Amino acid sequence: MSVVARAAALIVAFLGVVGVGVFVAVYYIGSATTQLPIVHYTASSGQVNVVLQEDAQNDSTTRPDWVTYYTQDPATKQWLHTTLFSVPANTKVNVTIYGYDGCTPLRNNFFSQVQGTLGGTVTVSQFDQHGKEYVTGKTTPLINSWADCNVGHSFAIPELGVFVPVASPNAQLSAEDLCSSSPCTTTGNPYAVETFSFMSPKATGTYRWQCFVPCGGGYLDGNSGPMGTLGWMMGEMDVVSA
Amino acid sequence: MSASDTPAAPLANASPEPRHGLRLLAGWLTLSVAACLAIWFAWYPHLPPGVTSDSSTHQQFDIAVLAVIAAPVVIGVLLYFGYAIVVWRARPGDEGDGPAIYGNTKVQATWIIGTTMIVLGLFVFGTVELVGPAGAGAGEGPAPIWKLSGTQTTAWTPGGNDILQVQVIGQQWAFTYRYPQFGGMESTVLDLPANTPIEFHVTSLDVIHSFWAYLLGVKADANPQVDNVAYTTVKTLGGFTVHCSELCGIWHGAMTTSGTILIPGAFRTWATGVQAKEQSEGVLAALPPYALTYDPTVIPQLGQNIVKIDGITGGAGYYYGSGNPVTP
Repeated sequence: MSVVARAAALIVAFLGVVGVGVFVAVYYIGSATTQLPIVHYTASSGQVNVVLQEDAQNDSTTRPDWVTYYTQDPATKQWLHTTLFSVPANTKVNVTIYGYDGCTPLRNNFFSQVQGTLGGTVTVSQFDQHGKEYVTGKTTPLINSWADCNVGHSFAIPELGVFVPVASPNAQLSAEDLCSSSPCTTTGNPYAVETFSFMSPKATGTYRWQCFVPCGGGYLDGNSGPMGTLGWMMGEMDVVSA
Repeated sequence: MSASDTPAAPLANASPEPRHGLRLLAGWLTLSVAACLAIWFAWYPHLPPGVTSDSSTHQQFDIAVLAVIAAPVVIGVLLYFGYAIVVWRARPGDEGDGPAIYGNTKVQATWIIGTTMIVLGLFVFGTVELVGPAGAGAGEGPAPIWKLSGTQTTAWTPGGNDILQVQVIGQQWAFTYRYPQFGGMESTVLDLPANTPIEFHVTSLDVIHSFWAYLLGVKADANPQVDNVAYTTVKTLGGFTVHCSELCGIWHGAMTTSGTILIPGAFRTWATGVQAKEQSEGVLAALPPYALTYDPTVIPQLGQNIVKIDGITGGAGYYYGSGNPVTP
């Protein structure tokens, strides 16, 4: 085989290996993100309303026992199993989170403090399975996850300095009457409703968000599985031009 | 007989062999001096990581010194390489062997002595640069050998030589910072006073992270259950960024936080302000007592209501029951 032919064969082999690598990366790794729907929230009167819920289980066929967030489609009000959403830049973002999962203490209780929201507080209401409101509109800068059964998960966008503990049903309700079919509804299930607001950044881009409660039950220190998978307990907020 | 058949002229009439050694030495000296001057006066002031702290200043100096030492060596090798290719290359039609190569005691001795001196010199230089700036900004483990001079106090005050203690806590995926001399308050930003000796205590609550304040020249691994101590003294005012430099999970690359170097008085105002806010909001009471390491699976203050429920909160004061953690 001539030198030219050998060189050509080597180049073809090299390009083949690179091509296979690119294909694997794009098809398999890329698909983990691209298969998730993105919920687009548009502003009205300079504000945008993001609605999430967190459940102890989910309606997937692959990992039905994983804890997860759902995102509500603003047009259809349907709950989508995704953690990707977009908001306009430099806009007041009003977030409502329905907490259906039971309580789990934070690994670092510092994140019990509400940070980065407008006013530095959240407003929490809690309901039992009969719809009775046993905590009504409590505005607080702190939900101490170590003091009582009251924090299910957290919602944090570290790059924006937003760290919010998300309230859960109380101890008895967490132990006995949690929602067991996702996406959960407010009928017949105990839950907490938490609202807060923050300003989206002026700079467009993708901002990751995550939960800081080690809620990956069954995984080492609860820190893997849904904690490290897009579409479950972490997500991305796309900030787009207003 | 054609002209091409004319015998070669006698060697006695050939042009004399040039003094290759002298040529090479002259070229090497010229290029090396030029390179070293360029490195020291043009490149050195712009070398990373800059002059934000004494650690980074020493690191910048170290890199410049190493570059100055390395430049003549690199130039010597490349110059000889190029010279040999150009001057001693085989000419067209020259099928003969080159002259036999014999050992040259002078060259060998010069090379061995020269490289030995360079290595030993670098050993001494490196040791001095490690010991002088108290570990050069690197993590020294829980019992540091080289400590920064200053006064250990329980309440830091500006203007003196009090060492400011800062605990760096890594968790997936954020760093937080505790200031034990300010009531153990915790922050998501790393603010520091200028011209103050800083003692970092770096630890982790989950996997291995690495605290890398690049502009400060400080880098220390954050291991769970380990107190890794590093020192520096920040000098210039301004902002800086902290990165994680240990692959710690899917968002390792996004695990960044910011910090600001303030004048000592402004720093004290900031720190006492955060302390007061966390005191009034109950955050300080909610935090665990300040310790050099934390076992996140044991929470002595855990409320009684939490341990009563089912699920992964399985034992008194523990996150998990006896069956956890498990390997999936």
